[in-house]
Amino acid sequence: MGKLDKFVEVGRVAFIANGKDSGKVCAIAEIIDQNRVLIDGPCSGVRRQVCDMKRLHLTRFCIDLPHSARTAVVRRKWTAAKLDEKWKETSWAKKLEARRLRTNMSDFDRFKLARAKQIRNSIIALAAGKIRKEAKAKPNALRFRKPNKKRHIKKE
Amino acid sequence: LQQMAKSSAPHKPKNSAINASRLMKYSRARIFQRKAAYKVKKVKTPAKKSAEKAAAAAAFVVKKIGGDKNGGERKVYKKTPKSLPTQVASRKVQLRPKKTFKKHVRRIRSNLAPGAVLILLAGRHKGKRVVLLKQLESGLLLVTGPRKLNGCPLRRVSQRYVIGTKTRIDISKVALPERLNDAYFRRQRSAKKSAASAGGSADIFAKSDAAYAVSAERREDQAAVDKALMGAIKASGDGPMLRSYLRSLFSIKSGQRPHAMVF
Repeated sequence: MGKLDKFVEVGRVAFIANGKDSGKVCAIAEIIDQNRVLIDGPCSGVRRQVCDMKRLHLTRFCIDLPHSARTAVVRRKWTAAKLDEKWKETSWAKKLEARRLRTNMSDFDRFKLARAKQIRNSIIALAAGKIRKEAKAKPNALRFRKPNKKRHIKKE
Repeated sequence: LQQMAKSSAPHKPKNSAINASRLMKYSRARIFQRKAAYKVKKVKTPAKKSAEKAAAAAAFVVKKIGGDKNGGERKVYKKTPKSLPTQVASRKVQLRPKKTFKKHVRRIRSNLAPGAVLILLAGRHKGKRVVLLKQLESGLLLVTGPRKLNGCPLRRVSQRYVIGTKTRIDISKVALPERLNDAYFRRQRSAKKSAASAGGSADIFAKSDAAYAVSAERREDQAAVDKALMGAIKASGDGPMLRSYLRSLFSIKSGQRPHAMVF
């Protein structure tokens, strides 16, 4: 378990994991009870609605929102905090984007990807082959020695 | 009659349906009275093809025969049919007339447009990626490799055995020869066999399957279409990649789920 640093609070930016608006981020505008919150994501296309906490994954972002702030206020605070760019820069968002691209690859894209991998691997294989060849040329004693190991030098 | 001609301009119908049902306001007898149809004299249409009818009604047919000394003609008397129907055969009402195959509507999947790259799933060329040229009148698709890239010639293919991919080549400048139609691709039955079946006297055990030889016009058309198509592929954005793509074969790899894949 990591640090318990992400709290369910007004202004917390959350990621909707499943259901209708899955894949989008929103802000928590109000906490209703133990399990439910009021969310709103005017900049990300999420309507103001009640959401179960089980659907939400909390992000590390939090905006300064008064509780029960109306949509216009949420929008203003969101754009002021430049949350769209910040979210896009996170590795979470990047991974999602990569996954989305991968599932939407056409047959031709898959072919191009396979070809690119093959070309890259052949370059690596060539380089590795060269290193192996050079290593073979070295004498045995030097070949198997670990380069940074501290060695006991015999005092003559 | 002149009066009739004057009043033959379209007027309101005398009968009407009750409340959008099938029932009509006036019965057939009432309408007959209302229209004063008893006044209308029935015009007899002149008997057409009377000569043919007379011939049909006659007891014999006059037939010409060969030979010098045979008199040239014979009267062949018509035989009575072996069995006559005891009941009048009731005509079945065709509410919707049967559509012959020619008149069937040919549909095409929305993602199959000329220039699309298709994956053939069955037949001699299964696994190959080919270019769709057009849909023929029979509904079959006309495709080609191009033959230069993967050996698939100008060929007909059924939509059902094909995956349409999203990849498109702009073939608006590719001029297809006019003669590429269903008759062009129709399978040729060897002449010997057909003669044998007609005559009945030819050697039925003779092997009449000559090896299939590509006709000159096929070669010509293939070369022309290939040239134009290769030009179109070159002109498209991914030219070299597209060429190697069309050369490659399609297969499902481990972990790939076709129903979840985008083609």
